[in-house]
Amino acid sequence: MTTFLGVPLRRHAHAPESPLRGTESFPQAARRELANPQLRANLAHATATIRAKRAAVVGELADWEALRDSGSAIKADVMARLPELLEQFEAAFTARGGTVHWAADADEANRIVTELVRATGADEVIKIKSMATQEIGLNEYLEEQGIAAVETDLAELIVQLGHDKPSHILVPAIHRNRTEIRDIFVSEMTGVVEGLTDDPRELAMAARTHLRRKFLSARVAVSGANFGIADTGTLCVVESEGNGRMCLTLPDTLITVMGIEKLLPTFADLEVFLQLLPRSSTGERMNPYTSLWSGVTPGDGPQDLHVVLLDNGRTNALADEVGRAALHCIRCSACLNVCPVYERTGGHAYGSVYPGPIGAVLTPQLTGMQGHDDPNASLPYASSLCGACYDACPVKINIPELLVELRARSVDDERGGMPGGWDAAMKAASWVMSDPKRFAAAEKGLQLGRIVAGRDRKISTLPPPLSGWTQSRDLPAPPAQTFRAWWRETHPEEQA
Amino acid sequence: MRIAIMATCLGDALFPDVVRATVTLLTRLGHEVVFPAGQTCCGQMHVNTGYLKEALPVVRHHVEVFSEADYDVAVAPSGSCVGSVRHQHAMVARRAGDTALTERAVAVASRTYELSELLVDVLGVTDVGAYYPHRVTYHPTCHSLRMLRVGDKPMQLLRAVEGIDLVELPQAEQCCGFGGTFALKNADTSSAMLADKIGNVLEVRPDVCSAGDASCLMHIGGGLSRLGSGVHTVHLAQILAATREQPVGAA
Ligand code: SF4
Repeated sequence: MTTFLGVPLRRHAHAPESPLRGTESFPQAARRELANPQLRANLAHATATIRAKRAAVVGELADWEALRDSGSAIKADVMARLPELLEQFEAAFTARGGTVHWAADADEANRIVTELVRATGADEVIKIKSMATQEIGLNEYLEEQGIAAVETDLAELIVQLGHDKPSHILVPAIHRNRTEIRDIFVSEMTGVVEGLTDDPRELAMAARTHLRRKFLSARVAVSGANFGIADTGTLCVVESEGNGRMCLTLPDTLITVMGIEKLLPTFADLEVFLQLLPRSSTGERMNPYTSLWSGVTPGDGPQDLHVVLLDNGRTNALADEVGRAALHCIRCSACLNVCPVYERTGGHAYGSVYPGPIGAVLTPQLTGMQGHDDPNASLPYASSLCGACYDACPVKINIPELLVELRARSVDDERGGMPGGWDAAMKAASWVMSDPKRFAAAEKGLQLGRIVAGRDRKISTLPPPLSGWTQSRDLPAPPAQTFRAWWRETHPEEQA
Repeated sequence: MRIAIMATCLGDALFPDVVRATVTLLTRLGHEVVFPAGQTCCGQMHVNTGYLKEALPVVRHHVEVFSEADYDVAVAPSGSCVGSVRHQHAMVARRAGDTALTERAVAVASRTYELSELLVDVLGVTDVGAYYPHRVTYHPTCHSLRMLRVGDKPMQLLRAVEGIDLVELPQAEQCCGFGGTFALKNADTSSAMLADKIGNVLEVRPDVCSAGDASCLMHIGGGLSRLGSGVHTVHLAQILAATREQPVGAA
């Protein structure tokens, strides 16, 4: 922490702590995560496996590119007509016996859910994996209110029992291996069998026994939604384990928290997304469980149905070109799995429930960038712009372009303040590179590098900020003659 | 054909051999090569670091130089610089509200090619008559691969080289971690990516690791050099320019 006259300075008094934003810069957090060899091994293995699966099932579809175009076009339409579609959804959902709540921010959404749970008299809810509820920190909020929220997705359960944070959108416990999971189960679960091993089947059975009790006793479930369909008022959850189906059908009360951007205009649009999503996320042709519910059916399933439509920065994002594009995201996590930066650093380095390439765009969009000391301002730089995310994204979000745009904004926001090292270097380089004479003069300066390099013709230590380069790389000595000097020498006739 | 060389700032200042090899190759194929005087840099570093305002004069300068010069097509031995010309110049100009510059940028971009594109698509050759008796593995750089979609054009060219022992690089399509200023701003992550890339290179025990971008090669080569691995980096242009009479050493 920085101090002024011995008094510690709180840098981001204006940026409240939130599951959506981190407290340290990406390079700082990444350095810590990179030092964990277990994490890197787990991540490399998991992402490589899922990449291969995804590539195989995507390769099966001759019309994959056309599907991506459709997905992208439908999302663009949704963003263009969001208010109208939301009203249509509200009317249809209400007509079928559900109740719609509107939440402007995390706090309001948390309060609405808490009141709904309280009204049932329950002090425990079962939960389906949901990014929206993570985004608002619902579990923690409910706990403060004396309500236990039990995650039923296996990976979420591992994270919850391990008092840990999710590190991946789809595979929240991707950073854990089997042995670690076994240890967590043994120390945190009640009624675990003697001598539990790290055999996947044994682990799954232990979780199953643990969860079965909860499914049968719980009266309230909280879910997210992958899609909300405007014309029919239908909600949709896709999942792999069947825990979701249990939560969606057994309890009396079902509360769904859904980001307002998750709408699709018509039921027929599901056709496109149910092809795009499972293939992109788990590398399956179709996920094992797809649950759709449209209102209340007397005597069957939950009789008390609620949906909380969550804004939490989304209308702001919608008003902005970058934000609007980022809101197309269907949280499939394909961009994380192909990202070389994510693969090395893991999700925790991004400081937000939305990690990886899309997180680097979404987080600053949803919670702002307040000056270059704001950890959010370091996120758009957490990419080598290799473009793998753009290629993988099922709805064709041009993440590298959005990252560059956010970088530009962060630079522009800081103009007029104290110039930092980068500002000075970039301005100088621009001045040099926009004029051939200055450029040629600068190249002469390179000859200094030959002296630094010495006899082995390589440079192994440089001062900051270039020291980052020499921590793992040599730099070749500059050549004796630049190309332009050689050209001049060999083409004397061209000298005017 | 009258072909203009876009040397790129890095090629001009640090890797003149790569640009010279490009000239040698194109001349050997019977083309007239010109060097538009006054060229400097494409401005990609500024754009990618978010300094779009600073990029503008650099872009303007490039567009002016390459609009005024007399040539049929321009070529750079760099996927990422051509990517910048093709995908960023018009954006920078448009953002600055300069329609005239935007139009000129689009026109320059439409006749600027990366080396393997120029050879295969424009000049219609895959066998350039090169001779290179070394074990080579090829890293397809991100911008060639994803911004320009050069596909396997570099491999088509390499496969036709006489005497070459071409070995496939494991996980070839993964980024080497250079990313311009990314290597400085996120030095730790960049180094971790580089370590994996180098591991993959060493796994196939080549004499040479090649690529179509001097910048990525500077990165990979810097890592290989630090390890004292003995594997050298040689640009695609240098391999294609090599002949029995005028060999390019593995060094
Ligand atoms: S940005 Fe695209 S690839 Fe990434 S999670 Fe969202 S939809 Fe999937």
